[in-house]
Amino acid sequence: MAENNATVENNTTVEETKEEVAPVEKKGGKKHIIVDPITRIEGHLRIEAVIDENNTIVDAFSSSTMFRGMETIMKGRDPRDCGLMAMRICGVCTGTHYQRSIEAVEDAFNVTIPKNARIVRNLIQGALYMHDHLVHFYHLHALDFVDVIDATKADPKKTAEEAVKWAGVSGHKPYISAEADFKAVQDRLVKFANEGRLGIFGNGYWGNKNYHLTPEQNLIGVAHYLKALDIQRDLAKMQAIFGGKNPHPQSIVVGGVTCVQDIKNPARIALFKQLLKDGREFIKGAYLPDVYMAGTMYAKEATDSDATYTATKGKGVGGTGGGILNYMSYGDFKLDDTGFYNAEDLFPSGIVMGGDVSKVLEVDSQKITEDVAHAWYEGTGKPEHPYVGTTIPKYTGLDKRDDGYAYLKTEEKYSWIKAPLYNGEKMEVGPLARMVVGYAKGDKRITKYVANFLKRSGLPITVLFSTVGRTAGRAIETELMSDVMMDWVDELAKNVANGDDSTWTEFDFDEVSVDCKGAGMAEAPRGALGHWMVIKDGKVTNYQAIVPSTWNAGPRDEKGQLGAYEAALIGTKVADPEQPLEIIRTIHSFDPCIACAVHVMDTKGKELAVYKVDPTCAF
Amino acid sequence: MAVDKQESVKSLFTAQSAKVDTNRGDAYYEKLYAQCRARLDELKELAPLNNRMDFKESIEDEGLDRRDFLKWASATTAMLMLPASFTPLVADAAVMMNRVPVVWIELSDCAGNTEALIRSDGPKIDEIILDIISLEFNETLLAASGHQAEKQLEDAIEHFKGKYLLFVEGAVPMGMDGQYGTIGASGETFHDHLQRIAKDAAAIVAVGSCATFGGIPAAAPNPTDAKGVMDVVKGKPIINIPACPANPSNMVGVILHYVLTGSIPELDSLLRPKFAFGYRIHDNCERRAHFDAGEYVEEWGDEGAKNNFCLYKVGCKGPMTFNNCSIIRYNEGVNWPVGVGRGCIGCSEPDFWDKYAYERPMANANIKAPTGGVEKTVDEFGLGLLTAAGVGIAIHAAASAVAGKKESEKEA
Ligand code: SF4
Ligand code: SF4
Repeated sequence: MAENNATVENNTTVEETKEEVAPVEKKGGKKHIIVDPITRIEGHLRIEAVIDENNTIVDAFSSSTMFRGMETIMKGRDPRDCGLMAMRICGVCTGTHYQRSIEAVEDAFNVTIPKNARIVRNLIQGALYMHDHLVHFYHLHALDFVDVIDATKADPKKTAEEAVKWAGVSGHKPYISAEADFKAVQDRLVKFANEGRLGIFGNGYWGNKNYHLTPEQNLIGVAHYLKALDIQRDLAKMQAIFGGKNPHPQSIVVGGVTCVQDIKNPARIALFKQLLKDGREFIKGAYLPDVYMAGTMYAKEATDSDATYTATKGKGVGGTGGGILNYMSYGDFKLDDTGFYNAEDLFPSGIVMGGDVSKVLEVDSQKITEDVAHAWYEGTGKPEHPYVGTTIPKYTGLDKRDDGYAYLKTEEKYSWIKAPLYNGEKMEVGPLARMVVGYAKGDKRITKYVANFLKRSGLPITVLFSTVGRTAGRAIETELMSDVMMDWVDELAKNVANGDDSTWTEFDFDEVSVDCKGAGMAEAPRGALGHWMVIKDGKVTNYQAIVPSTWNAGPRDEKGQLGAYEAALIGTKVADPEQPLEIIRTIHSFDPCIACAVHVMDTKGKELAVYKVDPTCAF
Repeated sequence: MAVDKQESVKSLFTAQSAKVDTNRGDAYYEKLYAQCRARLDELKELAPLNNRMDFKESIEDEGLDRRDFLKWASATTAMLMLPASFTPLVADAAVMMNRVPVVWIELSDCAGNTEALIRSDGPKIDEIILDIISLEFNETLLAASGHQAEKQLEDAIEHFKGKYLLFVEGAVPMGMDGQYGTIGASGETFHDHLQRIAKDAAAIVAVGSCATFGGIPAAAPNPTDAKGVMDVVKGKPIINIPACPANPSNMVGVILHYVLTGSIPELDSLLRPKFAFGYRIHDNCERRAHFDAGEYVEEWGDEGAKNNFCLYKVGCKGPMTFNNCSIIRYNEGVNWPVGVGRGCIGCSEPDFWDKYAYERPMANANIKAPTGGVEKTVDEFGLGLLTAAGVGIAIHAAASAVAGKKESEKEA
C-alpha cells in the first residue's frame, strides 16, 4: 500500500501573525483576503477570496488542510467490520457512514434486508436528519442571521407578539409564547453581557449592518437557540432507542439490524413516537417560523440575481450565494422492499442542471469520477471512478510570503479535498438539492412541502437558489421528515403486530465474499454520500468514499471549474471586509463537515487566524 | 496488534475487576464526608468564574427543576460509588462545578465526544453547557476563534495556572514529527500544543478512546503513528475516560469528583476511574443469565435474538471489557449496545479496533492481524473457553440485572 510510505510535508509552515487584522493583499484595487478558520463547522476549512473595489467577491478558493488515511485503515479488513470504523469518520452525522458502508457490502453480496430492518434504518437515519438539521440551524448557522447582543434591546412583550406572528405564517402555534419566558432569556443574556465576557456568544460580528432582524426577532432567535440544546438531546435519544446509543449507534449489520427486542416492545415504539411528536412541535413551532422570519428579513439578498455567480456568466439566476446551480441527489429512504437500488425513494434521485427545474437527468453512477488536479494527491492524469481510485498524498505546501501569511498556491494543488465530477461537471448536494430534484421530478410530497413554503413566505421559487434558499431547503426537509416518520413508526408497529419479526437476511459469507464489489450510494443529512468497496477472498482490497462535503467544498478541477462553495461566494457584496459575515453565512448554509471530506479526524487548525471569525461551535 | 492467543484471551476473560471497595466502614465514610464538606465550604467562598452565572440560584428557584435535580444528584452519587448519604454533598458540588475551570482541546478526533457532552443528562442541558461546567476553552463551543481563541486559551492557562482540568479529545499523531496535525497560527503540532497546554494543568482528562489509547487513527496500520495522551505526556496526573465516544455521565462524574474531593478518583492500571471502569460489562449484563445457561444468539435475528439470549457467539466482547455501560447505559439510560442486540465491541479497551470490534467471537475473527496471529475457529477453543469461564463466573450470575432491565422498561 503506497499510502503507508507517502510522506506529507508540513502543511502549515506559517509565521505567527503579529496583529489581529486581515491579510489583505492589494492588487490593482482588488483585495485578497483569507478567512481561516471558518468556525461553527465540523473540521477545518480555509476560504480565500478576492474582493474588488466595491467589496464584491470576484474570486474564491476553498481548501482543507489536513489528511488522515481512513481508506488505508480499511484495507485488508473483513468487510462486515468496516461500517463501525467508517462511522468514526464523523461524530456529527453519526450513523450515516456506518449505514452506507454496510449498504456497500450488501450491494456487493446481493443481499436485500427485511422490511423491519428497512424501516428501522429509516427511523435511525430520519432521527439523525431531524437532529442534525436542528443543531445546524440553531447552533452552527443561526448566529449568521441573529445578532445576539441586539436582543438585549428587545421588548419582551412585543417579542411574544412577534413569535405568534411568525408561527402563524408557518400555520402553527409558537413553541415559546409567554412574555415572561422571553424576559427570562433576556435577563440571562444581559447578565452575561454585563459581566464582560459573553461565554459562547463572545466576539461575534454584532452590530454589522448586514444583520437585518429587529431586536425582538433576535431575542426569539436566542430563546430558540437555548431551547434547541434541550430538544436535540431528545432527538438523539430517538436514535439510541433502535441504535443503542448516540453518538455512534451500533445496531446495523450486513443483512439487517439487531434490535429485534426493541421493535417487539410496544413501550419502545411508544417512547420513540412520543419523542418524535415533541421534536415535531419544536420544528413546527420554532424552527420553521424562524426560517420564515429570516427568509423574509433577508429576502433582498436572497433574490438579488445580480449578486450571483450566474450573473458573471451572463444572466443571473436566484440570489446571493446561489453558485453553480447544478443539483444532484442519489436518492434515499427506501419506501418498499424491492431492493436497495430498485425501491421507491422518499427523496428521489436525479440531477437538475443550471437551476432549470423543467428537466431532470437520471444519475448514472458510472459517470462519477474524482479529479486531483488541484488536490494534494497523486493522480493518473485523468479523473478516476471510485472503484479504481487511489488516495496517495502529494503535499505541495502553501505559498509563504513576506507579509507573514501563507497563501494557497491556487495555480496548482491547494486542498486535501478531491474534486468530484459527474459527467465532467461540478455538482452541489444537500437538502436543497434533494428538494429541487424532488420538485423538478414532480414528486407529490416534496412538491407539496416546497409549494407550501413558497406560498406561506410569499417568495418566488428562484429564492431557493441562494444562501437563504439552502437554509430553507433544510427546514422544509426537516418538517417533511418529522411528518413522514410518524407514518413509519406506525408501519413498523403494524408489521410487527402482524407477526413479522424478521430483522436479518441470511447469506453465506464465504460464498459471496470471494470476488465482488459494491456501492452504498444514498443521502446523508449533508447530501449525496457514496462508499465504494472492492472485496476479494473475504477482505477489502479497495475502499473509497465520496462524501457530501467533497462535492460541495472541493477545489477546482483540471478544467478550472469552480467547486460549489467557491462559486456560491462569487458576486456576494461584503459590507465590511474586516468582518466576513456574508462569507461565513454562505459557507455555513452548506453545513460543512470537512473532517468527513478529507477523511480526517477533526483538525480545526488555526494556522492563519486572520479574521475574527465568530463563535466556534463546530458540533 | 495481534489477535490474542488463547491464553491471553482466557486471562482477560477471567481478569479480576477493579471495583471501588464500597464497604469500607462508617469511619471511612464519615472522614471522607467531613473532608468533602470542608472542601465545598472552601469552594463556596470562591466566586463563580468570571462570566458564569450562579447556577445555584436558578436551581433553588424552581420547584420542579429542583426535584429533577435531586433525582439526578442521587443517581450520580450512586454512580460515583458513594453512600446515599453523600447525595446532598454531590448536589452542592454540582452547583459549584463552575468553580473548577475546564480547558478542552481537540486533536485527531471526530467530535464525537463533544457531541456526547451535549447529550449529558442532568437538570438542564443548556445550563450544563453554559453555566455549570466552566468551559474556559472548547473549540466547538467557544465564541472566539482564530487569534482570539488562542488568546482566550492563553488567558485561561495563565490565569488558572496549575488549577484547570485539561480535557483532551482525539489522538496525538506522532508520525512525520507530528506534522500530520497542526494547530494555531504558528503551525504548532498537536503534540507540541498538547505538551504546552498540559504543562500548567492540575490534571489531564483524556476523553474518548482516541485520546486514551489512540483509537481509530491508531488502528492498524496506524498511518499517522497516533498515540494516546498517556503515552505522550509525562509527569502529570492523567485520568482516562475511554469508550467511543465516552459516556457523558463519566465526564461529568470526573469533574464532580474533583470538585467534591479536590483529588482525582481512584484509577485502575489503565488510568481509568474505578467508579466507572471497575465493572466488567459481562458481570452486570442483563443477558448474563442466558450466558450462564448456555443460551446464545447464533445468528442475527434468530430465535435466540428474539428471546434476548447472550450475544457472545455473535461477537459480544463484554467479558473482556470494563465499563459501566451495562449499568448506566446511554442517552439518559435509554439503551446500550447489548440492549439493542448487537453486543459490546470493547470500545473502552486499548486497541479494540484490532482486537475486539468484529461480529465474531474471539479467535474466530477473520480480522486483520498485521503482525500475524491466530485465525482459529470458535469451536477450536472459543467454546471450550466459554464452558470454563461460564462455570468460573457463574457464581455471581446477575439475575438482578435482568430484573433491572425490565423495571427500566416500565419507566420508559
Ligand atoms: S451479551 Fe455479552 S456481556 Fe452480556 S452476558 Fe453475553 S457475553 Fe456477557
Ligand atoms: S458496551 Fe462495550 S462497545 Fe459499548 S460503549 Fe460500552 S464498552 Fe463500548
